[in-house]
Amino acid sequence: MLQESRNKPGKEEKERLSQRKSALRLRALMVHAVRDFFVHRGYLEVETPVLIPAPAPELHIDAVPAGHDYLHTSPELCMKRLLAAGYERIFQICRCFRQGERGDLHLPECTILEWYRANASYDGIMSECEDMIRSVAGTLGFSQNMQYQGRPLDLTGPWQRMTVCKAFQRYAPLPVEESMEKGCFDELMVQAVEPRLGAPRPTFLYDYPASMAALARLKPGNPTVAERFELYISGIELANAFSELRDTEEQLARFQQEKTRRSELGKAVYPLPEKFLAALQFMPEAAGIALGIDRLAMIFTDRARVDDVVAFTPEEL
Amino acid sequence: MYSASDLRKGLKIEIDGEPYIIADFQFSKPGKGQALYRCRLKNMISGVSFDQTYRSVDTFKPANLDERKMQFLYAQENEFCFMDMENYEQTFLSEEQVGDANHYLIDNLEVEILFFGERAIGITLPNFVDLTVTQADPWAKGDSVAGDTKPVTLETGYSLRVPPFVNQGEKITVDTRTGEYVTRVKE
Repeated sequence: MLQESRNKPGKEEKERLSQRKSALRLRALMVHAVRDFFVHRGYLEVETPVLIPAPAPELHIDAVPAGHDYLHTSPELCMKRLLAAGYERIFQICRCFRQGERGDLHLPECTILEWYRANASYDGIMSECEDMIRSVAGTLGFSQNMQYQGRPLDLTGPWQRMTVCKAFQRYAPLPVEESMEKGCFDELMVQAVEPRLGAPRPTFLYDYPASMAALARLKPGNPTVAERFELYISGIELANAFSELRDTEEQLARFQQEKTRRSELGKAVYPLPEKFLAALQFMPEAAGIALGIDRLAMIFTDRARVDDVVAFTPEEL
Repeated sequence: MYSASDLRKGLKIEIDGEPYIIADFQFSKPGKGQALYRCRLKNMISGVSFDQTYRSVDTFKPANLDERKMQFLYAQENEFCFMDMENYEQTFLSEEQVGDANHYLIDNLEVEILFFGERAIGITLPNFVDLTVTQADPWAKGDSVAGDTKPVTLETGYSLRVPPFVNQGEKITVDTRTGEYVTRVKE
């Protein structure tokens, strides 16, 4: 390429990256604060492989193939194997890869924080998640009453907790059962429910329909819902968590079902994660959560797009 | 065919036999749910927009659009006539289809005419067009300050504001994207 034709893109990149510098600096401080929080609570930081032979079969999560293996879509399966081996409090901050996910809130390569705790259920993780974000805000010097995109954001506790059923009753034109029968649950969630959640106080949306949580435990006493929650802040989904399913037979059946549904849709079918299934019988009662670091950085840097909190988007490579 | 993952702002697709441009695009994916592709689609003929959400299984037909280099010949009875510079075939656009482009249409101007199949549906002008000033008030040297402008009318009937030193009978360059004065043409 001629030097002259390199000048303009070179200059544009320099400008763009210098504009992002303050956000990237805040993001780095935020990640330090997250680590400190977990280390102080007695969590062990772990690193599990990114390159894995068998990603969890989930209908709507597509892994990126890499040679004969795949890039992980989440460190979940390996972290649960550690749980099963007696690692009772573990966390990890790592890159995860999901094919085809690109939008204002999505990158095909994103940074996820996951943590797992033995002898806990999803409500314990809700409280811990709340503590963590408040503590990180404090470390970064934010007041508990901040702003995101011009709207007030109140981090003081307790945060709002609402069941999926209640949220649909309140915000969607159809109740949750009916929206599932008609196949428009996702559309109503995105268009009618999500925009109303998490402002001014963050919202934990919990108890999802049982079919929407391949790795979660069903609620004792109400098997139509799974003990799963998502955290919303200012309309943005930040985290997904479960009381973990420990029944090997049940887990196998769900994986088989997801595999069948994937193959019916013409999607790639992954090998069963046999070693995870073999470890599951030893896993203590536990709960775990995956939280999007990029999105948390958006909240703290007050940016509307994930593009503004990473050094390079895929399009800029 | 396009798949849903090809959808993006600016993509042109055919729906029910009409060409649409994606004017706005948003990718959403509720946790563990399916990918949703939310589009605002603008009909390239009528200009009417509507919102539609697609899923990853949806497929789309690319709009059969092509641009042909043509020359403006004449206007009559609300119709504008253009000639293909390769095969000399003539095509007509309505006043509505031409829109603000008629501010710049002078005889023999080379433009791009957009075709949907065999149907002419739109026009793309060159970014800059030179036009003659047909009406301008004289400027008394000295009675003006920097940044002053005055109104003039061009040969097409289009009026705009220009610096005071532009005189009647002179040619000026106009930016067709903004409709604004660029410079005086030295002949």
